[in-house]
Amino acid sequence: MKKTYKIDVDCANCANKMEQAAKDTAGVKNAVVNFMTLKMNVEFEEGQDAKTVMQEVRKNCKKVEDDCEIFL
Amino acid sequence: MSRKQKKMLVRILIAAALMIALNFVPVQGYVRFALYLVPYLIIGYDILIKAFKGIKNRQAFDESLLMAIATIGAIAIALVENGDYTEAIAVMLFYQVGEWFQSYAVGKSRRNISELMDIRPDYANIETDGKLEQVDPDEVEPGSEIVVQPGEKVPIDGIVTEGSSTLNTSALTGESIPREVETGDEILSGCINMTGVLRIRTTKEFGESTVSKILDLVENASSRKSKSEEFITKFARIYTPAVVYSAIALAVLPPLVRMFGVGLPAEWGTWIYRALTFLVISCPCALVISIPLSFFAGIGGASNAGVLIKGSNYMETLSQTKYVVFDKTGTLTKGVFEVNAVHHNEMAREKLLEYAALAESASSHPISKSLQRAYGKELDRSRVKDIKEISGNGVTALVDGIPVAAGNDKLMKKLGIEYIDCHHVGTIIHMAIDGKYAGHIVISDIEKPHAAEAVRELKASGVVKTVMLTGDIDRVARQVASSIGIDQVYSELLPEDKVAKVEELLAEKKEKEKLAFVGDGINDAPVLTRADIGIAMGAMGSDAAIEAADVVLMDDDPLKIAKAIRISRKCLRIVYENIWFAIGIKVICLILGAVGIANMWLAIFADVGVMIIAVLNAIRALFVKKL
Repeated sequence: MKKTYKIDVDCANCANKMEQAAKDTAGVKNAVVNFMTLKMNVEFEEGQDAKTVMQEVRKNCKKVEDDCEIFL
Repeated sequence: MSRKQKKMLVRILIAAALMIALNFVPVQGYVRFALYLVPYLIIGYDILIKAFKGIKNRQAFDESLLMAIATIGAIAIALVENGDYTEAIAVMLFYQVGEWFQSYAVGKSRRNISELMDIRPDYANIETDGKLEQVDPDEVEPGSEIVVQPGEKVPIDGIVTEGSSTLNTSALTGESIPREVETGDEILSGCINMTGVLRIRTTKEFGESTVSKILDLVENASSRKSKSEEFITKFARIYTPAVVYSAIALAVLPPLVRMFGVGLPAEWGTWIYRALTFLVISCPCALVISIPLSFFAGIGGASNAGVLIKGSNYMETLSQTKYVVFDKTGTLTKGVFEVNAVHHNEMAREKLLEYAALAESASSHPISKSLQRAYGKELDRSRVKDIKEISGNGVTALVDGIPVAAGNDKLMKKLGIEYIDCHHVGTIIHMAIDGKYAGHIVISDIEKPHAAEAVRELKASGVVKTVMLTGDIDRVARQVASSIGIDQVYSELLPEDKVAKVEELLAEKKEKEKLAFVGDGINDAPVLTRADIGIAMGAMGSDAAIEAADVVLMDDDPLKIAKAIRISRKCLRIVYENIWFAIGIKVICLILGAVGIANMWLAIFADVGVMIIAVLNAIRALFVKKL
């Protein structure tokens, strides 16, 4: 399952860090952050609930880049 | 400017004013330190907080921390040595100016590019009780009737049920030639209705309509990252820690060596200062921002010219194209039959065409249609009598009372009329008027007007070899290829043979030289996917082609292929310029910093200045009109 979320982040390097953090979150198969369109495409692993996984993704992203936001 | 940007601008101005004003305040010692701390905190408090949070979250190596260490270090040196706090504040100030500019420039180009791609219709008009009502296009069911007034965008794909108008398709194709539509015609979303009111029965949902598909494709394009972007991401991950460790080494090792190895004074202050300039230079933001921005701008500019590139990776591959393989029909030729020539005619060409068109006027065969098109005027059917169609041969009829025969060589033989064979390729229609041979008309699939020019331009933009694949017979294929200037031809191929041929060509070439296949998306989807890069043309409205291809040309002009390649070359040239420029300047400044020639000011240029120049350079990728 794939979903797209709007994000807000200030610098391109921070966007790369968010991408890495999202990828490392349990339940996420792959994640791509597009800094230019401010969007995050997340591909979830089978049988994962997108909502709960995204809460974790958001927490992990906040850890690497305090100044970011994912609009869930 | 967003609220965040405005707030930052105010902070920058206040801090700058205070910093300058404090230069004229004659105080010394701790009072001076306290006074200078005010502008420093105004400009840098968020950086300090971020640096602290970074350490707490074990994400130590980020720019905020580098800036915090560098400026606190500079303040500490100033406190013990000369009381020159300006440098620390200036570093923080310029860093923030750089960040502000970056966010402003990126925001601005983000808006510019989305304006270029601004083909999203906001509403659809539905008529209820004689009144027009604006609704969200998402809510319109397929099969509903919508009304599009002059000046409005067509929101959903459909069929015109009433009215006729002229459409501006430039948002879709990049071409400004208007297109006429009338009742019964198919109409694509994203076009702008220019003259008349149109009623349209929708055939698709909004999400499935052309305009939504295109927007989706372009917006997601920069998510498919290119090799250069991946390289930069990896580079940034190694680079920042590497510079931080070298800075520590620079601060500690030389003084120790001087003290214990050579017996000179340690000069801790000098070496720590040099280490701090290292930290300021180290920020990789110029690279990390400018590379994706270049691709994004390139993709935006290309889509504005009617070339949709589905990802940064395809932009990169396209720029390395050395071999271009064409499908013939629909790509280099029009795929429709037209009168190509009239030979051995005694009477005027127009007169002969008139007789032919009139004799064939009862038929709906594509050949007779092309004769009527070539004649170009309204046909007066009352002039024709006694039409006899002889299946597989042609027709005979009385035109203005004169017997006319139009057909192939069999018909001529049957009528006992001597005819002259044609050496041209195509369908030959021999004409006999009043029992005498009157010449023949050649009807064939004709080359697109820009086909030969397109091949020349491809060669000029660095393509080594052009190949044409076709299912057509060898004689036709060779003639088309030689008149267009194609290097190599493979004819009489079945669709699956085309895949095999492309695989053969792929195996022959070198890894770095990419092979592009250009087709019209009709029954060549497997070849489009197999080639290094698949280019579909004339794909407006063809879902299969948009699906299978990596690059989609919105109209069917083959000249766009060369243009697409030039756009990608320009974009990649800018990407490489930025990579070399940014890394080059940083390395030079790092060396100068290590030997003590570069001071903090040069370090700021290496950081902020390089970033600004790289961003401005990246935006150049947007301008593709003149390519």
